[in-house]
Amino acid sequence: MTRVARVIPCLDVDGGRVVKGVNFVGIRDAGDPVELAARYDEQGADELVFLDITASSDRRDTTVAMARAVADEVFIPFTVGGGIRTADDARLLLRAGADKVSVNTAAVRRPELVSEISRTFGVQCCVVAIDARASSEQAGGYEVFTHGGRTRTGIDALEWACEAERLGAGEILLTSMDRDGTRDGFDLTLTEAVSAAVNVPVIASGGVGTLDHLVEGVVGGGADAVLAASIFHYGQHTVAEAKTRLIAAGVTVRPPP
Amino acid sequence: MTADGASSGPLIAILDYGIGNLASARKGFARAGADARLTADRGLIADARALVLPGVGAFAPCMRALGRTGLDEVAVEAVAAGRPFMGICVGMQLLFAGSEEAPSEPGLGLFDRQVRLIPGEVKRPQMQWNVLDRRGDHPMFAGLDRRAWVYFVHSYAAADGDDVIATCRYGADLVAAVARGNLWAVQFHPEKSSTAGLRILANFVAGLSDGSDSPAGLGSNPPDGSDSPAGLGSNPPDGADSPAEASGS
Repeated sequence: MTRVARVIPCLDVDGGRVVKGVNFVGIRDAGDPVELAARYDEQGADELVFLDITASSDRRDTTVAMARAVADEVFIPFTVGGGIRTADDARLLLRAGADKVSVNTAAVRRPELVSEISRTFGVQCCVVAIDARASSEQAGGYEVFTHGGRTRTGIDALEWACEAERLGAGEILLTSMDRDGTRDGFDLTLTEAVSAAVNVPVIASGGVGTLDHLVEGVVGGGADAVLAASIFHYGQHTVAEAKTRLIAAGVTVRPPP
Repeated sequence: MTADGASSGPLIAILDYGIGNLASARKGFARAGADARLTADRGLIADARALVLPGVGAFAPCMRALGRTGLDEVAVEAVAAGRPFMGICVGMQLLFAGSEEAPSEPGLGLFDRQVRLIPGEVKRPQMQWNVLDRRGDHPMFAGLDRRAWVYFVHSYAAADGDDVIATCRYGADLVAAVARGNLWAVQFHPEKSSTAGLRILANFVAGLSDGSDSPAGLGSNPPDGSDSPAGLGSNPPDGADSPAEASGS
């Protein structure tokens, strides 16, 4: 199968605990990253992304401990992002068992970080997360935002994606900040533009409210993977249902168990 | 001895040559029932029932790190002695004569051909799950679905040969697994391939255990537990690649 789309649930983590109320039937502890990761593995999730929103940097060790606990029990690839500022931050997470780290604000501020991580650990574990908003001031039509979408950078999102690839990003995690949280679907114009501009895999993120939105991300947006949070967390749909819908739409995915 | 309490199965030495994330391979083999240790200790490696060569990242830094630790010789000697051995991802590529990724950096040469860039107009790395297209039956795949899905992350793949037991389709047919007697190697990450991957690791571990309880009926080890070939695969010693008698699949 030359192109197999991936379905990736995203979990927000604070102090080593999953937040934003994941609501599975029969879950013992909705904040336990290991139990939730195992549940998503059973449903057929292809990978997982843990987004660390821990505000205080002296609690970063809780995220490393979480990565270790997840890797002990769950045998699918997972990425940890949020707050990674140095190659040493990346090293701690990768040694704990994370397969990839994702960098965002720190990479915009200091692009060499991407090279440092990819040279030391390989491009396959270096994800560059790009938060973008539509902007008429940028040639490509989209501007990079940092600090969780609060801070403008004046950087063209398409140019940054290409630069990130050149620096050694093995994958781009692309979030539309205009769509994030709206449940209106991916920004397909943005997704298609970045997918066409780079030769590394692109994960579409931001705005998924229905299973058809996942199909659109792959078919219309050209994404290699689709990331979603709320439609999975609140029991609206399982990953298996998402895959069944993708297959029905003619998208190749690893079939659900 | 480990947090996950795996200390009862056969001892497997995961060769620790100081690169990247090798912990996942150890955790995978521990889950598959082995007493898996990440080690560079020669005594422990000598005592082990099997050796595993993991690897992530680029060919040249891995090969150089292997050379610095002297574990390149340990690996070559173990394979020459017929000890059970498994290479994973870049750890598989290192077993070959060399790679287009680093033409001036010779590999271990245990397979006498090259590793090449994935050809064609495809995204590199291949970073996705893909189907194993098997060639014949091999105990590696005992108990797996005929078309098992496993997780790949790679930009280079080994050249084809008689010892290939599975490929995957990614633009071209890429070599996914090779086996020659007790030497197994996989391009994908079994330790990241959920239940299918853990089954492959368990099949390797099962080939190490004494007695007749291995699922594929691979034959038992010598009763003295010496480090002679432990019957992974039932290939005759002349290296012919006749398939195992019973694959269970």
